[in-house]
Amino acid sequence: MSDLSVHSPMANAPIPENPIYGLMAEFDSAQELLDAAHKTHEAGYHKLDAYSPFPIEGLAEAIGFHKNRVALVVLIGALVGGISAFAFQYWVAVITYPTNIGGRPYFSWPSFIIVTFELTILFGGISSAVGMIALNGLPMPYHPVFNVAEFAKASENKFFLVVESADPKYDPAATRSFLNGLAPRMIAEVPS
Amino acid sequence: MATNTQVPVDDRRVPVIAPGHTFSTITEKISNIVLTRPISLGWILGFLIVFGMMNMLMLALGYLFIKGTGIWGINIPIGWGFAIVNFVWWIGIGHAGTLISAILALLRQTWRNSINRFAEAMTLFAVACAGIFPLAHTGRPWLAYWLFPYPNTMRYWPNFRSPLVWDVFAVSTYLTISLVFWFVGLIPDLATLRDRAEKPWLQRTYGLLAMGWRGSAKHWHRYETAYLLLAGLATPLVLSVHTVVSFDFAVGIVPGWHTTIFPPYFVAGAIYSGFAMVLCLAIPIRAIYKLEDFITMRHLENSAKVMLATGLIVAYGYGMEAFMGWYSGNQFDSFLLWNRLHGPYRFFYAALLASNIFIPQVLWLKKFRVSTGWLWIISFVVLCGMWLERFIIIVVSLSRDFLTSSWGQYYPTKWDWMTFFGTIGLFLTGMWLFVRVLPMISIFELRTLLPESHAHEATEVKQ
Repeated sequence: MSDLSVHSPMANAPIPENPIYGLMAEFDSAQELLDAAHKTHEAGYHKLDAYSPFPIEGLAEAIGFHKNRVALVVLIGALVGGISAFAFQYWVAVITYPTNIGGRPYFSWPSFIIVTFELTILFGGISSAVGMIALNGLPMPYHPVFNVAEFAKASENKFFLVVESADPKYDPAATRSFLNGLAPRMIAEVPS
Repeated sequence: MATNTQVPVDDRRVPVIAPGHTFSTITEKISNIVLTRPISLGWILGFLIVFGMMNMLMLALGYLFIKGTGIWGINIPIGWGFAIVNFVWWIGIGHAGTLISAILALLRQTWRNSINRFAEAMTLFAVACAGIFPLAHTGRPWLAYWLFPYPNTMRYWPNFRSPLVWDVFAVSTYLTISLVFWFVGLIPDLATLRDRAEKPWLQRTYGLLAMGWRGSAKHWHRYETAYLLLAGLATPLVLSVHTVVSFDFAVGIVPGWHTTIFPPYFVAGAIYSGFAMVLCLAIPIRAIYKLEDFITMRHLENSAKVMLATGLIVAYGYGMEAFMGWYSGNQFDSFLLWNRLHGPYRFFYAALLASNIFIPQVLWLKKFRVSTGWLWIISFVVLCGMWLERFIIIVVSLSRDFLTSSWGQYYPTKWDWMTFFGTIGLFLTGMWLFVRVLPMISIFELRTLLPESHAHEATEVKQ
């Protein structure tokens, strides 16, 4: 089941100075992970991430991640869609191809609202999906956490906390003993 | 925080997920349908039938492209016929998927989590079926790109004051956003399939589609924002699509079309037929794949209630049309009412009233709402009724308008019927394949329905 050949790192990836990506602790429940994330963040670790099979309320905040920019991307996308749709219809109906339709004025703006609305939604919707995926750094088929065999359960029923070796407070022995104090199911080194 | 998303603990009602499930059992049960369940003889036989029907569509369209729309029953005055009847019917069916995934998400209805995935798939296939009809009806579908504004050597641009152009934008936006919404919802479940698949080519395929999703808390944070915003954008969209479709009629001057009640009445009718299709699919699927734990009687009963409510809005629409026919004093409007009740299509109008208004009233009784057999039959009746509604609106209005000299009659040909049943084949072929290659219930959203998914901020941690 946990044949992870898909996730093996690319052969031509640059070899970093520290071959260890970090330390991973596995937990059995959402509650344990949330508590552990709080304690780790308060202990001064800031380069850390938590992994769960479903969204857990407050978990991102617990590891010090409070705001994301998805909403801003969507706002910009929706505005671009709406404004460009209206401006384009104005250009077509008034400037480049004016046609007399039932004697109505060329700039009959109420008729342009529908297409403006639809393109606002279209651009906003696409920006929310593309923005979320891009800000998350996806697609990224290879990531060091996949090197740990147990991590396959992160998409099923297990909960993980990873302290990165890039964290200034990281020390192989001290961090391991700190994570041990959180009573995890297991601790593993994450090869990068 | 988490308390307001807790599973309701009202014991009088059937739960949204049967007790005794864990994160593992949910994951296993749903993903095994895709990954390990052998293909049964029944699946193959059923697939051959629906695939055959789909090929009938290909045949009908192929002949249409050779001969032109003359092979259909359309004529002058009834220029729209089956093509537009079926277009409006299919688009309407799609509406339930978006309603369930977007509006019920905003309303925090936990029961949506088990049915949104396949309702969204249903939307996609229904809109694909719908799209075929106006394209084929243009007569020269290879020039259908003329509908879109693009710089061309004729130096021509579309007329943005026309409802038909609005419709192009509304329907193509609807299809795109439905697809985006569906795919975004699928990403975490594709990661689950990637991690559970044993065959390397399956791992690779699902891995490619999951794009490396790893369930990071930061990713989930952005994911939830994006999903909420998509739901917020799709909510006005779903209400607008059938509104714009109704403008195709309401902006015209034909008696029976030129009414202000059309937009809300079309939207309600769309949701009505959409939920009927959801029930028609959900009832056999939950029985075949033993999903009674996830699609409980609560889901079926709630869908039946939505059907009843939207059905009453539709009934109000019919009542108001009849009232305006009488109250306006307009001879053409009152003749339309007389023509519907006594004209050549009176049996269809009677069947419409029976199947859309009278028969579904039995859903007031709990006995019918909790019987899967009855529910399936009533949903099927509603689907037929909503098809008849579009037939009545289009054919009866066009066949006898202002001048008696231009009256006519409409008779669909075998090619009309083959195209219509062919799209049903296309729709079912899509669903047939979908249930075997993708998780038909959202696994990660079902996990959030379990009480143990809710973690609470512990006060002693803060210190």
